[in-house]
Amino acid sequence: MANGLAGKTLRINLATGDIRRFPTDEALYRRWHGGRGITAKILYDEVPRDADPLGPKNIFIINAGIMSGCFIPAGSKVEFGAVSPLTNGPGDSNMGGHLGPALKFAGYDMVIFEDISPKPVYLFVDNDTVELRDATAYWGLKSLDCEKKLKEDLGEDFEIATIGPAGENGILFSCITHDFGRQAGRTGQGAVMGSKKLKAIAVRGNKSIQVHSLDSLRKQVTEIILRTQKHPNMVPWQKYGTAFFIQWSNANACIPAYNFQTTYYEDIDKIDGDQLVEKCLITHKACFGCWMNCGKYTKAVIPGKPEVHLEGPEYETGSLCGSNLGMKDINHVAYINWLLDNLGMDSMSGGGVIAFAMECFQRGLITEADIEGHTLKWGSVDDVEHFLDMVAYKRGIGDWFAGGSKRAAAKIGRGSEKFAMQAKGQEFSGYDGRWAPGMLLSYMTSDIGAHHNRSWTITVDMAEGRDTVEGRAKIVVYLQHIRPLFDTWCICRLFWGELDITPEEIVESLNHITGWGVSVAEVLRTSEMIWNLNRCHYIERNGGNGRSFDYPPARAWEDKIPSGPGMGKGLSLAQIDQMLDEYYAARGWDGKGNPTRALLEDLGLGYAADRLEKAGFLGDPIPGGIPPVRGEKYKPKAF
Amino acid sequence: MRIKVNRDKCTGCRLCLQICAIEHFREINPKKAALRIEAKFPDPGKYRPFVCTQCGKCAEVCPEEAISRADSGAYIVDQDRCTNCGVCVPACPVGVVFQHPDHDFVIICNFCMLCTELCNTGAIVKWEKGASLEAKGV
Repeated sequence: MANGLAGKTLRINLATGDIRRFPTDEALYRRWHGGRGITAKILYDEVPRDADPLGPKNIFIINAGIMSGCFIPAGSKVEFGAVSPLTNGPGDSNMGGHLGPALKFAGYDMVIFEDISPKPVYLFVDNDTVELRDATAYWGLKSLDCEKKLKEDLGEDFEIATIGPAGENGILFSCITHDFGRQAGRTGQGAVMGSKKLKAIAVRGNKSIQVHSLDSLRKQVTEIILRTQKHPNMVPWQKYGTAFFIQWSNANACIPAYNFQTTYYEDIDKIDGDQLVEKCLITHKACFGCWMNCGKYTKAVIPGKPEVHLEGPEYETGSLCGSNLGMKDINHVAYINWLLDNLGMDSMSGGGVIAFAMECFQRGLITEADIEGHTLKWGSVDDVEHFLDMVAYKRGIGDWFAGGSKRAAAKIGRGSEKFAMQAKGQEFSGYDGRWAPGMLLSYMTSDIGAHHNRSWTITVDMAEGRDTVEGRAKIVVYLQHIRPLFDTWCICRLFWGELDITPEEIVESLNHITGWGVSVAEVLRTSEMIWNLNRCHYIERNGGNGRSFDYPPARAWEDKIPSGPGMGKGLSLAQIDQMLDEYYAARGWDGKGNPTRALLEDLGLGYAADRLEKAGFLGDPIPGGIPPVRGEKYKPKAF
Repeated sequence: MRIKVNRDKCTGCRLCLQICAIEHFREINPKKAALRIEAKFPDPGKYRPFVCTQCGKCAEVCPEEAISRADSGAYIVDQDRCTNCGVCVPACPVGVVFQHPDHDFVIICNFCMLCTELCNTGAIVKWEKGASLEAKGV
């Protein structure tokens, strides 16, 4: 296949152990582009709407995309997809490292797992040898320890992905870990693996990936690499990775502090990028084919605790497990990062859940009696370590928090829902949206629950006006189409955002690889199709008008920012409603937030309109019709 | 002309492996590259590139006299004479003689230097005897 594909797809029934090989469906890729596009389509088509996300009818998909493994900047990603136990909607999450390319070098584009194994297993792939192997000896091991053991047992050149105890125990924000620090963290994909008794994946391959025009690809990509080596942003990226943004985000009043109570952190100098590089850095670390090396392999050294090695904390973990927990030492932030990685929990949702619990403790909603005699004070790494152990093993009220902050708030009650900082059950990324309205709208409307990778608008809000909401929705719609495309192709988006590589250049690379001859407008349309399919899927599964799922926790409009450069800033509920109205109009949805038939048919999703109508949630026709183009092209400034 | 390795600067991105296989086989396949990167994680947490040092051990042990030194200093494999017996593989002190099931000859670096051009960190750099490495940031 001279089109960027490896050629084969695996479909594995975990209950029977049956492993089937199929030629990869090229037409499916041409329409859905792979990655999150194909996972969205398969989940929509195959998972019954009443299926328990942790039950046998859910499907777990690994997809290596169309560009991963090819000679392309940061062509390193692999996408995991399953109905999310955290959001109860279509879920996907991706990670860099080397697993996706390895899968394609072994000859496989995608692995689809069905049902549940009767005993713990791991998937072993060594070129043409594909086996489900007994994982009894690995079950119970923590994520990083399991990867180490599998490398010792199989060989250093296997690429490994594992889950930890959290995934095994059904913690709903469990992640998948690879390369000693890369995680597919979001939407609880690790919990789905655990529910299927799938402990790990080990892959090795030595085959070639054929592309449509290797000479053209080589010429173009070599030029991009040599040009961007001199880009001014390369220096901070290589030195700090995304930890560079810790200071920037604090200075610009969007960093979360003390569970999003404020957006200014007085001890920022103790947890910033300089501290990370000075005190913790072991080596810079890159994903496959990436010359930006944003990964920081580090150590955390705390007297009385063992020295631990980890990758990170990058910006999201650094803020959500740093300022958001009131930490005052970069070693403590790194240690919490390691705890979450090794237990197998998403360090973004994990940070959000710990912060929520800490605020509950601050307000007396949970007490020492609830947490085995311990406290849960801002800035205490020991308290966090104990609390996470309760959560990972579901001891006592740890079980409440194992479902994320939304479910924990439902148990705790007494007004705690107001500050469970999540959307659709998934915790916010490391940006407060009260003085960044586009960012808040991005969380509210994200198809997989709050996640900045769908749309990041801090610099947009700064450029367009942080006190106003008018016109922001159209830009969010555009960003929700362009940013997830990278997850569809399974490449990293950072070189687009930070090194000024244009969408036209990336689509040119896509055409060199695939021979499709597509335009930027066409790929944006594909992304819009994926977005709308996920929206229909979410509404169908959860049985309500779309708008009812799109509101943030009440802190977003009830509390003004109490300190720092954003002091006194905040949004009203009327402004939030205005943004939703504008957003739905920009998307061609009705005022209830439901996609309309005219839109779905325009996108070739007539079958989704039929299903939505049957479920009773098809949008009412829009007077005057849907907008001819949805979203407004926008290039956010890097920083 | 040789390749200087500055091991602490390697970030494990493998762009060098990719361009090597593309140049010599017109294929995207890092397992066909003539250099390798060792990753030692979680402890101590380091990458280390290994490249040909032009020591000539492969040529010394070759029973077919299929490996010879070119004017550039590189050891070149005569693909017609090479029987892929593999004697040279363990003889290489840095482990950069490779075999691949697609080919019936061994793979050895010919010092095209493309890997050094794409390396963005100075982990592998082109080096000519007597030249200063300071300009390369090494």
